Amino acid sequence: MAVRHHDTLPLGQRPPLLRLSHVDKVFGGDVVALRDMTLQVNQGDFISLLGPSGCGKSTALRIISDLMHPTRGRVEWEGGQGQGDLGVVFQEPTLMPWATVAQNVWLPFRLAGKSYAEVKDDVLEVLRLVGLEKFLNAYPRELSGGMKMRVSIARAIVTNPRLILMDEPFAALDEITRHKLNNDLLQLKAKIGCTVIFVTHSVFESVFLSDRIVVMAARPGRVLTELQVDTPYPRGEAFRTSADYAAHARRASEALREAMGEPA
Amino acid sequence: MSLADDRGLALGGTRDEDEIRRARAARVERTAKWALPLVIMVLAILGWGWIVTANEIPHYILPGPDRVWDSLVTDWGILLEAAYLTGWITLVALVLAVVGGAGLAILFNQSRMLELSFYPYAVILQVTPVVSIAPLIFIYVDSKIAGMLLCAWLVAFFPVLSSTTLGLNSVDHNLRDLFRIYGANRWQRLRYLQLPSALPYFLGGLRIAGGLSLIGAVVAELVAGTGGIGTGLAFRIQEAGYRLNIARMFAALALVAAMGVFIFAALSLLSHLLLRKWHESALSREG
Repeated sequence: MAVRHHDTLPLGQRPPLLRLSHVDKVFGGDVVALRDMTLQVNQGDFISLLGPSGCGKSTALRIISDLMHPTRGRVEWEGGQGQGDLGVVFQEPTLMPWATVAQNVWLPFRLAGKSYAEVKDDVLEVLRLVGLEKFLNAYPRELSGGMKMRVSIARAIVTNPRLILMDEPFAALDEITRHKLNNDLLQLKAKIGCTVIFVTHSVFESVFLSDRIVVMAARPGRVLTELQVDTPYPRGEAFRTSADYAAHARRASEALREAMGEPA
Repeated sequence: MSLADDRGLALGGTRDEDEIRRARAARVERTAKWALPLVIMVLAILGWGWIVTANEIPHYILPGPDRVWDSLVTDWGILLEAAYLTGWITLVALVLAVVGGAGLAILFNQSRMLELSFYPYAVILQVTPVVSIAPLIFIYVDSKIAGMLLCAWLVAFFPVLSSTTLGLNSVDHNLRDLFRIYGANRWQRLRYLQLPSALPYFLGGLRIAGGLSLIGAVVAELVAGTGGIGTGLAFRIQEAGYRLNIARMFAALALVAAMGVFIFAALSLLSHLLLRKWHESALSREG
C-alpha cells in the first residue's frame, strides 16, 4: 500500500484534493438541507463535520460521494476522480452477512473486476492493519460490533483511496470501544497517510481526531465556522487529559452551542 | 491492535444452576421434537383401530389401520408406480416454478415497466382456483403431461415469484449506496448484492411452492383422468373410491401425505444448508 504523508505538512501547505464550491441542496423545492457550503479539502487533512441533527452533515457526505447531486454549486476533485479514490464507512458496519470477512474486504476490488488472487496481499495487509488477520474466513455474525466496524474500515482503505468518508462510524458503539477505535483510527491514518472527512455529533471525538473541525448549523444546514486543532499527531491518551484538549473542546462546544442557537 | 477486549473472557469450566437448567430443557426439547408427534401418531392409530373394532364398522365404510397396512403391502407395486408419476409431475412442475418464478422476479426487478405490466396478471392467475382453470387447460393442451405440468406450475410459481420479488427489493440501503459508490454495474449489483439478499426470501417461497406443486399435480390428475399416460396417486384414490376399496384410498392418501412431508423436509434441509452460516433463521441461539 502506497503511503502518502501530506498530513505531516502544516495545514496551510498541503496540496488540494477536493473543493466544494457554493453547494446548495434543496429537497422538494423548499426544504433547504444545505446552503452555500464551500469547503476546500487538502491532502492529509482529518476534517470533522460537527453539528446538530439536520445540519446537512450527511447530505454533504452524500454529495461528495456522488450519491446525490447538488441543487447548485460544484464538487471538484483535483486531477479528477478515479475508481477506488473514495472509501466510505457508514454508521452501521454495512457488511454483506453472506460473505466472509475477506470477501467483504475484497468487494471494492471485485467490483473493479479484480480477482481475489490478484489482490489477496492487499486484503491481508489491511486486515493486519486493523488487527483482524486471524478472522479472514469468519462471517460478520461471528464478530463483535467493534470488530465489524474494523472490517468496514478495512474495506474502505483497501483500495488505498485518496479520500475516506466516515458517517458517524462509532456512534452506535460503547464508550470504551469507541475510544479504542478512535486511537486505532489515528494510528491507521498515520500509517497510510489518507485524507478523512468524519461526521460526528461528539465534540470530544472531533477534537481528538481531527486537525480541522467544520462546525455546521441547522435550518438551513450551513457551515458556521471552522476551528483548527493544531496539536501535532500522534495523539494518544495523554492528549485526552491535556489542557490543550480541554481548551479545544471548550472552543468547539461554544461553537456548537452557537450552531444550536443557544447563547455561548 | 489487540482483540482480546472485543472478544470478552470466558471463565473456563464454571456452569451455574441456570445454565444447567437451560441445557437440560434444551435436551428435553430436542427429544420431544420428534418423540411427541410420534406418540400422537401411535395413539391416533390405536384409537382409530379401537373405534373400528368396538363399533364393528364395516371395512367399506372405514377400514382399520391393519387393513390399510395390508393394502399398502399388497398394492405396493401399483401404488409405487402411481407415486412415481405424481412425484415426477410435482418435481418437474416445481423446477419450472423455480425457473419461471425466480426468472420473472429478476425480470420484474430489472424493468419496472415489465413489472407494472405483468404483475397484476400473475396475481390474477394465483387467485383463480386451479380447479376451475384445469378443465379449460385440458381442452386446449393436447398432451396430458403438459396439461398436468401447467396446472401444477400455475399454483406453484407465484410464491416463488412474490417472495423473490420481495427479496430482491429488500436490499440494505447502505449496501446499495456502497455498490453505487464503487461503481457497480447492474449485473454486479444483481449478482453480488440482490441475489444473495433475496436467497432467504426465495427459499421461503420455495418451501411453500413445494407443497403447492404437489396440490397442483393432484388436482391436475383428478381433472385429467388416465388418458393412457399412466395413473398417479390421485387417480388411484379416485379409482379405489369407485370400487369401494377404502383401504387402498387410505394407503394412497398416506403416500401423498408422505410425499408432501418429504418435499417439505428436503426443501427445509436445502434452506438450512444454504443459510446456516449467516442467516438469522438458520442460526441456533443460546437460551
